[in-house]
Amino acid sequence: MQIPAIVGAGLIVIGAGFGIGKIGSSAMEGIARNPEAANKIQTAMLIAAALIEGIGFAALFAV
Amino acid sequence: MRIFKFWRTLLFVALLPTCLSAGNSDNQESSHGHSHHQNGKKVSREQAKEFIDHHLQDSYGFHVTEGVGFSLPVILIDEGLQVFSSSKFGSHGDQTAEVNGKFYKIFHGKIYKTGADGTLTMDHGHPTNVKPLNFSITKNVFVIILMSAFLIYLFSSVAKSYNKGNLAPSGAAKFLEPIIIFVRDEIAIPNIGEKHYKRYMSFLLTTFFFIWFLNLLGMTPLGVNVTGNLSVTACLAIITYCITTFSGNKNYWGHIFWMPGVPTPMKIILAPIELLGTIIKPFALMIRLYANMTAGHVVIMSLLSLILVFNTHVATGSFLTLTLVISVLELLVAALQAYIFTMLAALYFGSAVEEAHH
Repeated sequence: MQIPAIVGAGLIVIGAGFGIGKIGSSAMEGIARNPEAANKIQTAMLIAAALIEGIGFAALFAV
Repeated sequence: MRIFKFWRTLLFVALLPTCLSAGNSDNQESSHGHSHHQNGKKVSREQAKEFIDHHLQDSYGFHVTEGVGFSLPVILIDEGLQVFSSSKFGSHGDQTAEVNGKFYKIFHGKIYKTGADGTLTMDHGHPTNVKPLNFSITKNVFVIILMSAFLIYLFSSVAKSYNKGNLAPSGAAKFLEPIIIFVRDEIAIPNIGEKHYKRYMSFLLTTFFFIWFLNLLGMTPLGVNVTGNLSVTACLAIITYCITTFSGNKNYWGHIFWMPGVPTPMKIILAPIELLGTIIKPFALMIRLYANMTAGHVVIMSLLSLILVFNTHVATGSFLTLTLVISVLELLVAALQAYIFTMLAALYFGSAVEEAHH
């Protein structure tokens, strides 16, 4: 394993973590504003989070 | 009162596999490093790593712990069918098996053909020996067959319970009906649409329960890790890809090869990207499930190994608590990954059968 690859994977994981955090916080805000739409927001949130997560894992496997 | 009972039962069910898996892995570890404990030595990090790696991999026998388990058949195609028990490789899988005058040896989970002395000729760490076609019933294959049989039994009994004419579900259907309804109403209909969802329900329900039950089985002390195996998730993803591709309508292919509503140069650029996207989608499905389940297993096993690495009372208490917390989280992840896999599969099917609306 080379150090640049590890650093790159780390950066991508930081990005992915930040992205999922942002999705979570936005979803919570959305639910707080409109609690009736909680179910729909939750579903959309999980899909978006899963897609970002995929990138994170792809980065981990590239190392 | 009923709600209280429900939560108590749920808590019990949730904690049961956790306690069992914690206790068992502990036993496994200590039996592994038994002699070291007697000498007052700790388990080294390398030993722990080897143990975890061993757990994550598929194997030719089903061994829960040292001495508990059974061998499984090895099926090779090498000048005819060669079927023999994996016990011929020895209890640690390091011996040379002799079958009908042919010799085989396992190296890193793969079976190679060797001479009578059982030596492998190495080239840059990889054996250059012949690898016969391997159709062995390995641990994972065995668990998949068992799980399929269990699912068929369970769901045919659920289906039968509705044939009796009473509308209220009985038996296993009591527990499973809300989940089946959930898959239909929350996963299939919103993503595929009222018109087409019925065609895909069988696949969605099968994948959902298959992945969920196998994930849960991974939390039990049996030490199986089926959904954390790349080949298994790859198969699930390939099936999803085939269904999406074969059910794609004119609108779907139109959006891939000739994206409507964008300038012509853009259409030419988008076509290869979209085409690549159809392969990347199931690829992401495969990686996501595999990585999530593997990561969960690695975390739990590592925490348990740390108890033996540190070998103090404080470490035992704190890491056991942490393992418990992570295990509860893993139970959530087990259901969540099954949900996400099914949900994304439904999303892809939905995009394949979507009608033009502009």
